[in-house]
Amino acid sequence: MTLLKEPDFGTPERPGPATVSVEVDGLPVTVPEGTSVMRAAAQAGVDIPKLCATDSLEAFGSCRLCVVEIDGRRGTPASCTTPCADGMKVSTQTPKVEKLRQGVMELYISDHPLDCLTCPANGDCELQDMAGVVGLRQVRYGYEGENHLDAEKDTSNPYFDFDPSKCIACSRCVRACGEVQGTFALTIEGRGFDSKVSPGAGESFMDSECVSCGACVQACPTSTLQERSVVELGIPTRSVVTTCAYCGVGCSFKAELRGDELVRMVPYKDGGANEGHSCVKGRFAFGYATHPDRMLKPMVRDRITDPWHEVEWDEAIGTVARRMREIQDRHGAGAIGAITSSRCTNEEVYVVQKMVRAAFGNNNVDTCARVCHSPTGYGLKQTFGESAGTQDFRSVAEADVIMVIGANPTDGHPVFASRMKRRLREGAKLIVVDPRRIDLVRSPHIEAQHHLQLRPSTNVAVVNAMAHVVVTENLVDRSFVDARCEDFDEWAEFIARPENSPEAVQEITGVPAAELRAAARLYAEAPNGAIYYGLGVTEHSQGSTMVMGMANLAMACGNIGRDGVGVNPLRGQNNVQGSCDMGSFPHELPGYRHVSDDAVRTVFENLWGGTLLAEPGLRIPNMFDAAIDGTFRGLFVHGEDIAQSDPNLGHVTAALEAMELVVVQDLFLNETAKFAHVFLPGASFLEKDGTFTNAERRINRVRSVMKPKTGKHEWQIVSEIATAMGYEMSYEHPGQIMDEIASVTPTFTGVSFDLLDKLGSVQWPCNEEAPEGTPIMHVDEFVRGKGRFVVTSYVPTNERSTRRFPLVLTTGRILSQYNVGAQTRRTGNVAWHPEDILELHPHDAEVRGINHGDMVTLASRVGQTTLRAEISDRMPTGVVYTTFHHPVTGANVVTTENSDWATNCPEYKVTAVQVALARPDRPIAAEATGNDLVKAGD
Amino acid sequence: MTATVPAECRMANDIARNLGHLPAEEAAEAIAGHIGRFWDPRMRARLHEFVDAGVDGLDPLVVAAAKHLR
Repeated sequence: MTLLKEPDFGTPERPGPATVSVEVDGLPVTVPEGTSVMRAAAQAGVDIPKLCATDSLEAFGSCRLCVVEIDGRRGTPASCTTPCADGMKVSTQTPKVEKLRQGVMELYISDHPLDCLTCPANGDCELQDMAGVVGLRQVRYGYEGENHLDAEKDTSNPYFDFDPSKCIACSRCVRACGEVQGTFALTIEGRGFDSKVSPGAGESFMDSECVSCGACVQACPTSTLQERSVVELGIPTRSVVTTCAYCGVGCSFKAELRGDELVRMVPYKDGGANEGHSCVKGRFAFGYATHPDRMLKPMVRDRITDPWHEVEWDEAIGTVARRMREIQDRHGAGAIGAITSSRCTNEEVYVVQKMVRAAFGNNNVDTCARVCHSPTGYGLKQTFGESAGTQDFRSVAEADVIMVIGANPTDGHPVFASRMKRRLREGAKLIVVDPRRIDLVRSPHIEAQHHLQLRPSTNVAVVNAMAHVVVTENLVDRSFVDARCEDFDEWAEFIARPENSPEAVQEITGVPAAELRAAARLYAEAPNGAIYYGLGVTEHSQGSTMVMGMANLAMACGNIGRDGVGVNPLRGQNNVQGSCDMGSFPHELPGYRHVSDDAVRTVFENLWGGTLLAEPGLRIPNMFDAAIDGTFRGLFVHGEDIAQSDPNLGHVTAALEAMELVVVQDLFLNETAKFAHVFLPGASFLEKDGTFTNAERRINRVRSVMKPKTGKHEWQIVSEIATAMGYEMSYEHPGQIMDEIASVTPTFTGVSFDLLDKLGSVQWPCNEEAPEGTPIMHVDEFVRGKGRFVVTSYVPTNERSTRRFPLVLTTGRILSQYNVGAQTRRTGNVAWHPEDILELHPHDAEVRGINHGDMVTLASRVGQTTLRAEISDRMPTGVVYTTFHHPVTGANVVTTENSDWATNCPEYKVTAVQVALARPDRPIAAEATGNDLVKAGD
Repeated sequence: MTATVPAECRMANDIARNLGHLPAEEAAEAIAGHIGRFWDPRMRARLHEFVDAGVDGLDPLVVAAAKHLR
């Protein structure tokens, strides 16, 4: 493929039913009302010269290069800011406008370095292009006058340079930062000739509030803002459209290469999830794929204390197969299992679970979604009938009230956050439910109407209290409930009880009753109320209950089944949804169908051969327990680092040490690999071929940008292990695997690589009823028929603060790093986050004698670690926060075995801890209390 | 009991606490149904061992649920 350049219509689309018809240079064109003359011209095939206009930004009208003449109108209006009127006749090339354009270009070029041949943007510069288009042949003003050519270059950002000597002050970067990204880090400083682009108040990019999303670089028409990789490698020559491997937004990118060398990742305008936007991770943090730490050869060893030996693929695969079978011979078929990864493709995940069920002969397969969004699967299945979010991302543009619960989208899901912020700037109201004052609570042009700063672990009490207000103040959408739902009366009787009132729970939750009542009314009375949530909901002992509580609230208010509403999980990793869809859970076959269902099992047995077990297998934490008990001896870990990401790491490592065979497949020798006997090198997302499914159920193609550096695709390796174990598994291409998935999964029957290539992406269900997918679910009826109200009693967590551990730790992620950091720590992103930080409130710091930047000890009843303190008033008193991106910190050393009652999703968000100034000679003693059995009556 | 509590007991008690709002017999059936649907057979067997041994601290609803699981 050659370099892909999407058309630029100059100004944004104006969707709407009403149209107007105009003529542009004699060509008739009909466009939606409100469309600019520039865009109409582009649609008619006439490109009007432009510099300050681009169709991702509202028209600005500053460069005056796009002037046109319009019959019956005076002067030469800018085509970008002039809306079409019915019957308008536009002339884009007249002697008058040609002369004006040449004059404009002369002025620009008189203050621009004439270094085109050595400029990094040579061949990819709109200023250069426009000089040619307008026929510039001379600059009458000369180059000797006052100019900006000596302006100092800012190279502070690790990924792009800012060279103000090349700036034409078109403001595209400033507008992109505001309109597209919503950060408003850039401004035009000064007036007239002194006008210049400035990050913050004359700061460097690195010191400013810039979040390095790359929108400004993409918008820049010159080389003023330029990717450093382009400076170093040159302009790319070909593109491959693929999907980002970071968060669950699933942005589409053009991987742009020179030969086989990746130069840059550019967000793809036709990407359904991101529509041309990106964040610092997807846009820039891809260097890990070629990092020298990458392992490219299989390795084996007998004991985890032995050194590794490189071997050929055949030997590694044979070793895995032989030792797995030996374990089964000694300890039974159920003594081995596997963990699939949300960082792998659907096709890879599918073959792993198939290997477990068909070759291992058991259901001991689980996925890392266990430790993040398994409660979403359970809760939404119970209430709505499908284990997935209800909306597409575009839907947020129709929301009138947005409630963000336990999520921090500007850090965790930044490209979706930009969509959300755009809607908030348009006037939508915001409710934030979070113990921390996340950035969304108050940021440029955005302020939450209500921040319900609840105590960790009290989500269910809060959502019940909101529902109590809805029911007792007659805010229920009775027509929706009567027509679409069941079990309402029983639920309403429960929720209306006095113990669920805001006044009754405020002592528990810490949320003032009046504030909660106002927030509930705001959500309930909105024409469209939308809920977006994250791991601050799921990673609790009542994670599943909370998901059902949110579903109850949404149904009670009629906020399901159309644009602008819904219950929407923001998935942590790129393929959390897909890995769950593909049958990674030990109780479900692909398509969320229980293994005990004879009819479903028969479908798979007919296709795969053999007999499948009707009993559920072990979940990840159960595998660890069984390993320590001695009944689980062999584990294949596909693309996960459980020895860093899972809770109570002491327990995890004890389990890994107890196993006879641990097989790790990964890009790097991660923490888990320390306990492995076989290491199988994996392929980066740039080498993969398959699909990811994002948080909006959108199936996106992942295309090989380069061949696997290891010589094998991961689906091939898994297939070869299964075959070596005596179960023949063979595919020629991942498209065959998707065809097999489609043949056995009712929600995927229409999905194929051909369809994805044709449509770009598709949201499941995609089948005969919805051949091009389903952006919004539960439109006319719920997947389960009637939406089901479920009684959601608040049950306090077992984790209790004590005198010795008086604080509550909650964990999360930050913008620049991702999950266990295996990828992002091997990129320039370490410039923003070189270590995990403990945030704590000034009061909690003061009483402990802790100053900003001090090293502190963080201890819980299960373990302790040391990290640097950051004093921050966005934390409430009594609550501390950290990330788990760095193995040296090992934040999960302190998190506990507590988990969601329904799914065993760990309670990462609530750990009783103590913090003290680090003194290696005086560690905080562990306390063997705080986890006594708690009974229903307690 | 401390963190050394058998996982099956801890997990079963958690389920019982969250379904404890139901009438006792209905709760026992719901607990058994949940465990039957989501637990590996060896975990269910261990739970039965603990119930049979009368392990201290098990929620009575779990003990009742165990009868439905057999």
